[in-house]
Amino acid sequence: MLKYILRRIAYAIPIALSVSVVCFMLVHIAPGDPIDAIVPPDTPKDVVEQVRKDYGLDKPLPIQYAVWLGHVLQGDLGRSIATRRPVAGDLILAARKTFVLALTAAMFGFAIGIFLGSLAAFFKGTWIDRLAVSFAVGGVSVPHYWLGMVMVIFFSVLMNVFPAMGAGPGDWQWDWQHIQYLILPALTLSCTPIGLLTRTVRGIVSEILNQDFVTTLRGKGLRNRTMMLHVVKNAAPTILAVMGLQLGYLMGGSILVETIFSWPGTGSMLNAAIFRRDIPVIQGATLVLAMFFVMLNLIVDIMQTMIDPRIVRK
Amino acid sequence: MRMKLSYLLGAFAISGCISAAQAQTLRVAMTTSDLPLTGGIPDNGSEGGRFAGYPIFDGLANWDFTKTDAAADLTPGLATEWKVDPNDKTIWIFTIRQGVKFHDGSTMTVDDIVWNFDRHLKESAPHFDTAQARSYRTYTGQVVKYWKIDDTHLALQTAQPFSVLPYLISRVFIVSPTQYKKIGNWLDFQMQPSGNGPFKVEKINPRVSIDLARNEEYWDKGRIPKVKKMILMPIPDANTRVAALRSGQVDWIEYPAPDSNASLKAAGFNVVVKPYPHVWVWQYNHTSDSVLQDKRLRLALNYGLDRDSMMELLAGTAKPSIGFYEKESKFFGAPKEMFKYDPEKAKALLKEAGYGPGKPLKLNVQLPTAGSGNMVPLQIGEFVQQSLREINVEVTHEVVDWGTMLTSLRQMPGKGAEPRRDAIAHGLPLGDVTNFYSQFTGMANKLGSNWSTFIHPKVDELANKAFQTFDAAERDKLIAEAHSVVVDEAAWLFVVHDLNPRALSPKVVGFNQAQSWYQDFTQLTVKD
Repeated sequence: MLKYILRRIAYAIPIALSVSVVCFMLVHIAPGDPIDAIVPPDTPKDVVEQVRKDYGLDKPLPIQYAVWLGHVLQGDLGRSIATRRPVAGDLILAARKTFVLALTAAMFGFAIGIFLGSLAAFFKGTWIDRLAVSFAVGGVSVPHYWLGMVMVIFFSVLMNVFPAMGAGPGDWQWDWQHIQYLILPALTLSCTPIGLLTRTVRGIVSEILNQDFVTTLRGKGLRNRTMMLHVVKNAAPTILAVMGLQLGYLMGGSILVETIFSWPGTGSMLNAAIFRRDIPVIQGATLVLAMFFVMLNLIVDIMQTMIDPRIVRK
Repeated sequence: MRMKLSYLLGAFAISGCISAAQAQTLRVAMTTSDLPLTGGIPDNGSEGGRFAGYPIFDGLANWDFTKTDAAADLTPGLATEWKVDPNDKTIWIFTIRQGVKFHDGSTMTVDDIVWNFDRHLKESAPHFDTAQARSYRTYTGQVVKYWKIDDTHLALQTAQPFSVLPYLISRVFIVSPTQYKKIGNWLDFQMQPSGNGPFKVEKINPRVSIDLARNEEYWDKGRIPKVKKMILMPIPDANTRVAALRSGQVDWIEYPAPDSNASLKAAGFNVVVKPYPHVWVWQYNHTSDSVLQDKRLRLALNYGLDRDSMMELLAGTAKPSIGFYEKESKFFGAPKEMFKYDPEKAKALLKEAGYGPGKPLKLNVQLPTAGSGNMVPLQIGEFVQQSLREINVEVTHEVVDWGTMLTSLRQMPGKGAEPRRDAIAHGLPLGDVTNFYSQFTGMANKLGSNWSTFIHPKVDELANKAFQTFDAAERDKLIAEAHSVVVDEAAWLFVVHDLNPRALSPKVVGFNQAQSWYQDFTQLTVKD
């Protein structure tokens, strides 16, 4: 098992390096100039060139990459071109807010998705199944920005029960003053995992329910509750993999929801940085999110082997 | 049901408590994607200056917000008066206001102002602001020398006589050297800045809000803010800003989307509009790279655009533009061409130039998706495209984000790797007459602005004379004359002037919008 874990960690290193190269190259290939975030539009050209030199943006790309990677390895993601603040500091604050949002959305999504999926599998072919499947299709199809706006209109503007935007005053706390800001964006964000989990759980559980060992267990007169345990254990690796991917997706994919709700997380930070060509912020945020994804996959892989040792043998 | 009801009542009670606590606090939703910098060199264009500039700091000259029926002009700020040296017109003498205190309690001196110019211009100074100073060269670039004359006077010198210097240096905000020395670097100074404006920075919540508090010691007793606090929040999405206003989370939003104005008004919110120095245009490419070198085509587009119909789309947030300056401006002059919608005249001009139904004029125009002062660029761009199609002009849009467009504006047409384009469409400020200089003169073209490369000897001659004329009336007359040439030459396609819309909660009273990119937040109150 330890060998397997070490091997998986070793695999993660080239992935991380590739991610860093892609992150770095992508922002440089994109059109636009980070200097525009710093100087007004009618600044004389010689001043623009001087500013470019000051920020080291006049150096060849491989040198810029080497310098950047050297700093990253020491935990220094550089300074934002627009604000001059260290990227790492802002990123930690933003990632904390995004993690709160993603985790809450994941909790909503996983709980509702697993419940609906299991229900649909047990009552396959009935109206309950059809209802759950419709809900799942709706969940994966509905655009976040549309749902977010509808939520805001209904719950904030018309009913005035939840705030329309922001994450509450000061630092995040798990109290009602802050939680009320979390509900609408988390519900909006949870739609996709609800849909995906419902469909996945329905598929895997109904497949397992049709397997011979379940018929045998039923024939042996096992109670439904005990039988469920066997079904869950068999379905868990697949569901875990989907949940892991979804949590990663929620961490990195909340850009639209964060923009609509002005949630000060990594999504809105990245959005603002892209528009301002704030290269250190784009590189830092993308790298951290990508690494989170890699780490999450690693954790899921390890958890899968713990639940189902056959995976290691394979 | 009972539970639901009690929950709702509870929620309303909570929001009621919040409202009471927020009395005398003005909560503002800005359009920026992040907080503007608060160290005295704000970014985010004029919106940065509006919120993180003048409320916290003062310049030697400030903007006069009291006369709201005309474009705002300069008024004494930290300098009580200024004049050009009669013996050497490159030297300006500023009389510095005495007894003004910074937010940290220190008293401002002439040395402090020299220290502030060192921050911008003296690269060998220990506090030279390497990161930000160059971004302000547009405003400080004309100053070649500065010195303390005595305890009440400061001198600024320009390379050549430059009569509009006070407009440029009005954006040079004075910060406290005492506070800087206490903190030690400009980055941390941003978190605890000290100026001498009507509001003090109480707290900066990175990416969330700038919390300002009333400066009880403000030197201009008539402008001590009536509200106790002002909270500035960046909310880049227009729909989110409207929702935040309608749900009572903010009291003031910048630039509500035009299509939301009617419903906001119906719901009792005040949508405030007023002219201000702004224009939305197509900056034509005047080089051999484009067909728009032909004056007949430039005139045809200006006559063929149905600006009046566009007003309906913009729901009262703009007015038609037929020049760089609006018709009522003292700088408009008396051009012969007054661009009234005349599709027949436009078609005739196009025919004369060899274009018609069988051979439409094809133009490639860059259009931004958003950006400071760009209003609703996609809607405006598409309307122009549709209107010009009626006169056999086919417009292809190259849609880019604001940052990419700014890069294009710096790359002179026909040079570098930029693709060929006939125009760049966007909105721009005309905060002071120096904007005319940077957009329409050959001198500016050499410096890398004036992307259009509109160079006209008469305009250059008049503009040069204007900036070396110290009689304000004469200077205005010369600019107006130069502007007439710009209009008669149809230098650009003039589309609309923005009316600076913002929406306010009915609780906000006493706000009288100035005709300026900056506004006065000191005279308004927020009712409980």
